[in-house]
Amino acid sequence: MKALVLKALRHTWRLAALALLLAGPSSRTASAQAAASPDRSSRTDSRTARVEGLAAWDQIYSVLTHPRCINCHTATNYPQQGDDRHRHFANVVRGAEGKGVAALQCVSCHQEANADTTGVPGARGWHLAPLSLRWQDRSNRILSSAQVCRAITDRSKNHDLDGPGLLKHHTEEPLVLWAFQPGRGIDGRPRTLLPLTHEQFVEATRRWVEVGMPCPQGR
Amino acid sequence: METYELIVNGRPMEVTTDPGTPLLWVLREELKMTGTKYGCGIAACGACTVHLGGIPTRSCVVPISLVGGRPVVTIEGIGRDPVGRVVQDAWVSHDVVQCGYCQSGQILTAVALLKAIPKPTDADVEQSMGGNLCRCATYVRIREAIKIASGQVK
Repeated sequence: MKALVLKALRHTWRLAALALLLAGPSSRTASAQAAASPDRSSRTDSRTARVEGLAAWDQIYSVLTHPRCINCHTATNYPQQGDDRHRHFANVVRGAEGKGVAALQCVSCHQEANADTTGVPGARGWHLAPLSLRWQDRSNRILSSAQVCRAITDRSKNHDLDGPGLLKHHTEEPLVLWAFQPGRGIDGRPRTLLPLTHEQFVEATRRWVEVGMPCPQGR
Repeated sequence: METYELIVNGRPMEVTTDPGTPLLWVLREELKMTGTKYGCGIAACGACTVHLGGIPTRSCVVPISLVGGRPVVTIEGIGRDPVGRVVQDAWVSHDVVQCGYCQSGQILTAVALLKAIPKPTDADVEQSMGGNLCRCATYVRIREAIKIASGQVK
């Protein structure tokens, strides 16, 4: 019986050795594989970058779809206001260029800075985002992360901004800056703040742009 | 308290007041120009409309600190403007006013509309005048007076 077991073991070792010879490099360790295969290494790096980019995009999306941003990125013919995103009062409408109409313009009330004594928010060039950059559907539902990402990276919809252009927009645009310093409402209380600071938002955008602005898949 | 230099209806003026004071109250209380009315105080009714740098503006929500060097035109001065004169004449000839409280804001808004769009459509009138409320419901006469004035604007 003992001899039979030893014979079987010797046969197994021989098969294992044969398999090792035939398999060649593929039987090496994972780290050795990576070092020996640039393609696989770059694929791994690419996957890691995409994961990191998507994580940064999640942060950006949380800002873009906050009421401070989406109230002027509407799918409607009017702006919205408040954390409940209700229709803007005083019958204001979008107008041809998103700045209101001839005698009822956004700047009829919104000045170049917040008016905290009267509760009217303000920043230079107050206006609605174009409909091509709406972050909601016509039923007032917030668009998915994938939909917003596709729109913001589509240069036919985003004023022809490439990655550095988007980063500059997020860094310098007065209305973007306003969203992080939204002032006080008509009730005198500070408006709800965005989930990130402006520095965090810019940094997230920078990371996302650096890895090629990946977008989530799906609808 | 701060001191501000203003140009109101073409005249330089100086006021010393709190920076957060709305332009409406500077006009009414400091400069004693009471033609501009307080309606809602939140920019919802349009009674307080003046022209600020040529733009129809709700003076009840604009702090004096944000006015800057932009000229202010009120109902007391709009008649010196050619379009303003035509609109005021149309208002009178068509007997638009009932109680009159909102009418200075209505006229300032109508003048801004006709300066931008001399021949406005009904939709233009509705959209531009849609933020000016009139509790006497003189809306039909307001629209008709604007149409009359638009025929006379050069």
